[in-house]
Amino acid sequence: MAVISSTRGGKKARWAVIDVIVLVYALVPVLWIVSLSLKTKDTFTDKHFIPRSWTLQNYVDIFSTNQFLRALLNSVGIAVIATLIAVVLGTMAAYAIARLDFPGKRALVGVSLLIAMFPQVSLVTPLFQMERSLSLFDTWPGLILPYITFALPLAIYTLSAFFREIPWELEKAAKMDGATPAQAFRRVIAPLAAPGVFTTAILVFIFCWNDFLFAISLTSTTASRTVPAALSFFQGSSQFEDPTGTISAAAVVITVPIILFVLFFQRRIVAGLTSGAVKG
Amino acid sequence: MAEIVLDKVTKRYPDGALAVSDMDITIADGEFIILVGPSGCGKSTTLNMIAGLEDITEGELRIDGQRVNERAPKDRDIAMVFQSYALYPHMSVRENMAFPLRLAHVDKATVTRKVEEAARVLDLTQHLDRKPGNLSGGQRQRVAMGRAIVRDPKAFLMDEPLSNLDAKLRVQMRTSVAKLQRRLGTTTVYVTHDQTEAMTLGDRVVVMRGGLVQQIGSPQSLYDQPANLFVAGFIGSPSMNFLPATLADGSLRTSLGTFPLTDRVRTLAEAASAPRDVIVGLRPEHFEDAALLDQTERARGGVFTAPVEVLESMGSDKYAYFTVEGASAAELDELAAETGAADLADAGSQLVTRLSAASEARLGQDLEIWFDPDKLHLFDPHNGRTLTYVK
Repeated sequence: MAVISSTRGGKKARWAVIDVIVLVYALVPVLWIVSLSLKTKDTFTDKHFIPRSWTLQNYVDIFSTNQFLRALLNSVGIAVIATLIAVVLGTMAAYAIARLDFPGKRALVGVSLLIAMFPQVSLVTPLFQMERSLSLFDTWPGLILPYITFALPLAIYTLSAFFREIPWELEKAAKMDGATPAQAFRRVIAPLAAPGVFTTAILVFIFCWNDFLFAISLTSTTASRTVPAALSFFQGSSQFEDPTGTISAAAVVITVPIILFVLFFQRRIVAGLTSGAVKG
Repeated sequence: MAEIVLDKVTKRYPDGALAVSDMDITIADGEFIILVGPSGCGKSTTLNMIAGLEDITEGELRIDGQRVNERAPKDRDIAMVFQSYALYPHMSVRENMAFPLRLAHVDKATVTRKVEEAARVLDLTQHLDRKPGNLSGGQRQRVAMGRAIVRDPKAFLMDEPLSNLDAKLRVQMRTSVAKLQRRLGTTTVYVTHDQTEAMTLGDRVVVMRGGLVQQIGSPQSLYDQPANLFVAGFIGSPSMNFLPATLADGSLRTSLGTFPLTDRVRTLAEAASAPRDVIVGLRPEHFEDAALLDQTERARGGVFTAPVEVLESMGSDKYAYFTVEGASAAELDELAAETGAADLADAGSQLVTRLSAASEARLGQDLEIWFDPDKLHLFDPHNGRTLTYVK
């Protein structure tokens, strides 16, 4: 007994150490940015992790410029719309892939995998040219479209895995109970796929929110510039002033929606929602 | 409530595999019919075709005289109970049972009344607000039944509804299913691979093999008058013993000895113009320990002596197993391989007998065994058909 509990204790301690290492590794850069954002301009380079003199001036500064607020609005709008469309399309496509046998199914899966693997950098120039001639350049749709393109494979893959988990018989049962295919999907399959849909939504949203490459290449004004791109345009009041403080403050601010988004949807991701549907 | 007619129904899959071939059955209104057979015999496919979950390749399916081949499941007004129960895990028991009614736009008060009535019948009242995940196997099974009965469908289809329950609960549920069906009087098609369920539940049993109907009849008639070797081996537990034999001069030469045919068997065999080589079928219950019988009874039947190889005492009976020596059952092995029934192949070399509990049989010792020659079946070894069919 004693031996067992001591080895169990040892195992616990080992895991605790590993957890702490991972946490420190992940959190130190974040805390560092938080710390920088709270420092006054003359103490940036004092090499102290915890600021000696605190200020919220950096936050006041970014919110007092129209530039940042507008970028935040662009970011939220573009990411939410792209996520919505990608998840809806992805749900339908994934359902078809998981459930139906149709000609060209393998091709569809293959092509979506191909898109996911395609180096985005190589598409920037052609996209830039195309969007200019289609007058999509520097507009919301100009960013939403490529985001959907690259988010869809991700959505399809994640969701089809979830759909495969849902017992086929539930749908048959719904049909026997008098449901049309649409009703069976909406009232039986969709609620069960909800955890998968929310997981996918989080992943897609983070992908759109964090994108810098397309945001910097396909925008030119505040009309559609998202926060990651806008950050690179931050400058001090004179060209000799270092904008580190304001950039850090903005970085902290744009992390907040992601955290809120994940926390909000995490509550919906209830593990084992399908338990009890079928034996086993 | 409805009459269901399968008129030369055939199911062929796109890859050419034939799942069900030319099935002809008329299921009367209110009848409880069982589809039984080994796995892959097409019984579930047949059920799915009646349900509308699978397309019918050829033939016609009529419910109440109307062709329904092209109708979607929801327009056939048939309820189904699945082997896995297929309960909606995100809905409570009440919502699960109300689901078909709500889809049919039944008003709220009626839904509540019907669900509560069904819950009372199935003893689920105290579980109405629980989720399926928190229920035991038996309770889930009852919810699945409840979902089927709430809307008074024309027919019930049940796809091995009891096979996921443990043995004791299965017996219990078997009787409640039978009671429920009798009470509701709804036409029911029940699929099972368990011959006990088939024998105890149905008004009629359809034995299937390889997509073909082997025989349709009441449980007793299947037992008494199996149409072929397959049905003979499938119905009855333990299954019938098969021995190759030769017919000559009104007697039967088997590896157990030579026995005279009774008048009944001889007449039937002659009417069927039996070939010289036949296969004899003998049910375990038609054997007895010869020591327990009086002289007249003993003289009426055949007696042979063999060492007891395995002895199982069931309390009420004893099962004694013998190995039949020199039983070169080439035809039988062939037929067994063809039917894919491994137990048939086994039966060729092993003889199972059911003796009275009073028997003093000892393991490894020779025992005098008597059998009733009037109860034996004869089969044609070439096509497996019975030669002792009573018209």
